[in-house]
Amino acid sequence: MKSLGSIRRSFEPWNDPNQRPYIAFENITKKFGDFVAVKDLTLHIFQREFFALLGGSGCGKSTLLRMLAGFENPTEGQILLDGENMSGVPPYKRPVNMMFQSYALFPHMSVEKNIAFGLKQDGMAKSEIDDRVNNMLKLVKLDQFGKRKPHQLSGGQRQRVALARSIAKRPKVLLLDEPLGALDKKLREETQFELMDLQQDLGLTFVVVTHDQEEAMTMADRIAVMDVGRIIQIGTPAEIYEAPKSEFVASFIGDINIFRGEVTAVKGGVVDIETPDGMVIRSETPHAHATGEKASFAIRPEKLRVSRTRPEGGINAASGEVWDIGYLGDMTVFHIKLKSGDVVKASLLNAVRTVEDPFSYDEEIWVSFAPDSGVVLSN
Amino acid sequence: MNTSWTRFNIASVVFGFAFLYLPILLLVIYSFNESRLVTVWAGFSTKWYRELFNNQGLMDAAWVTVRVGLVSATFATVLGTLAALALTRYTRFNGRILFSGMVFAPLVMPEVITGLSLLLLFVAVDFGRGFWTVTLAHITFTMCFVAVVVQSRLMSFDRSLEEAAMDLGAGPVTTFLQITLPVILPAVIAGWMLAFTLSLDDLVIASFTSGPGATTLPMKIYSQVRLGVTPEINAVCTLLIGAVAIGVIIASVLNKSREVRRLRDEQAAFANH
Repeated sequence: MKSLGSIRRSFEPWNDPNQRPYIAFENITKKFGDFVAVKDLTLHIFQREFFALLGGSGCGKSTLLRMLAGFENPTEGQILLDGENMSGVPPYKRPVNMMFQSYALFPHMSVEKNIAFGLKQDGMAKSEIDDRVNNMLKLVKLDQFGKRKPHQLSGGQRQRVALARSIAKRPKVLLLDEPLGALDKKLREETQFELMDLQQDLGLTFVVVTHDQEEAMTMADRIAVMDVGRIIQIGTPAEIYEAPKSEFVASFIGDINIFRGEVTAVKGGVVDIETPDGMVIRSETPHAHATGEKASFAIRPEKLRVSRTRPEGGINAASGEVWDIGYLGDMTVFHIKLKSGDVVKASLLNAVRTVEDPFSYDEEIWVSFAPDSGVVLSN
Repeated sequence: MNTSWTRFNIASVVFGFAFLYLPILLLVIYSFNESRLVTVWAGFSTKWYRELFNNQGLMDAAWVTVRVGLVSATFATVLGTLAALALTRYTRFNGRILFSGMVFAPLVMPEVITGLSLLLLFVAVDFGRGFWTVTLAHITFTMCFVAVVVQSRLMSFDRSLEEAAMDLGAGPVTTFLQITLPVILPAVIAGWMLAFTLSLDDLVIASFTSGPGATTLPMKIYSQVRLGVTPEINAVCTLLIGAVAIGVIIASVLNKSREVRRLRDEQAAFANH
């Protein structure tokens, strides 16, 4: 069987009709005065899932997280957690914990006291608290730093204290609000994998809010792409990347070329789209089309082929001149200007160190692609 | 930029300091004067300090002032902090602008008017004037200063600290006592000290609202000066100046060393990382 992208592990509770959702947002609307932050949204998240809410600022993703934590109440609709209605339950009585974007470490308490704070609220015995705190410190590799105050730690260390504090109570669900936003790139990449391992080891359900598509792609089992208070598309990282349903999702995640044209033929789930450049795109389509209507086709830069000679068949190919070349080390990005003036991006993996007779500026070349390497977008 | 000590700079600094501190310096020097005459120097002596401690009237007044200051500053701090919390937290209640205006009006209200209106109130409700009327009056006018100090701290307070505490299972009361209050405590203490000092040196409002047996030190000093300045008054003023100066120095040293320590800690943290 053909599958989209690479398979992480066989964990797909969302495809199992017998699975009960662990977190259920049912027809949630949230208004702040006249502003509608979240609009009639329904979303089911399953136990042990690593779920990412992805979107730009103001798309409603943080509001959704804050409603789950209990800091905001939905204007309409209800939130169920493990079957229990959360309406009117204050944050301090919910079995969820949150890691804040600003970390929100208590500045007047040592690292140990910060981690112990939640455990003390539960009236846990002193010796048990000490054990748990020590375990947490080991888990986040901060054994030496228990007595320090937050301002005596670096950014990465603070991030780990915040994480330790939020998982110390072993919540049913851990909410993470832009957890890696304040870290530099290298530390961020390391921490992404640490978070994934931790989630696996502890068997917790993670809901993460992020605006960073790479972060969401790396860590999450499923991603919900949000815009203006709605979910635009929900799916595994591979589904979102390889089969975006709309232009918004396609361009929000990664780099993409979008060809717009007119439908010239439809036959048994295969559509022909002719672009103003005269290129004929033939692709399978999940949508219903009629001849003469407008359609867009999206294809990722790494799925384009570049050649000096015209590819056989003549369809799914266009010619243009090399406009820009960007050498990134692991790959080279070509900007190819078509006759219509549209610029197409194609990236070639530098699998070998030296290339014989490389493409150069202003050269006339052909870009082409396999029929199943792109998707027809819905209008 | 030229930062060297030109003659003009030196002159202006000397003149400025002289303008500010010469009168106080004269007062301190003459408190050690042997002579009873304030303007004639007759040798060094500490006898006026000894006399001062035997002057029952002045000592009583000092004790009243301290009691009024302690009680009124404490109440003003509680009320002022609550007012500041209400103004920064509940930004959408009806009449918020009116409330904030009313909290801050006493800052600019002429003291004579505050004093007079309070006096009229106490007379109207037939409240016997004495220690409690002065204290109440001082609470009223120092509360707004506390509110201003605490409010400015609350403006920069990261609300997510409170959310984090609640998220970890702490109810609103625990959250306030264990998180909010400790974090804003320096501002609350600063507010208390401000209220205490304002109460210590208030003359006008105390004069209006005080009654028999509740004469404060400023009132006592003022009434004695009208009969002629005695070296005793100089001595008591010198002690007051000394107390305030020590307080200010301790506060600023504490503040400075905390700042220095924090900077050093932060540098150490990044070096270790």
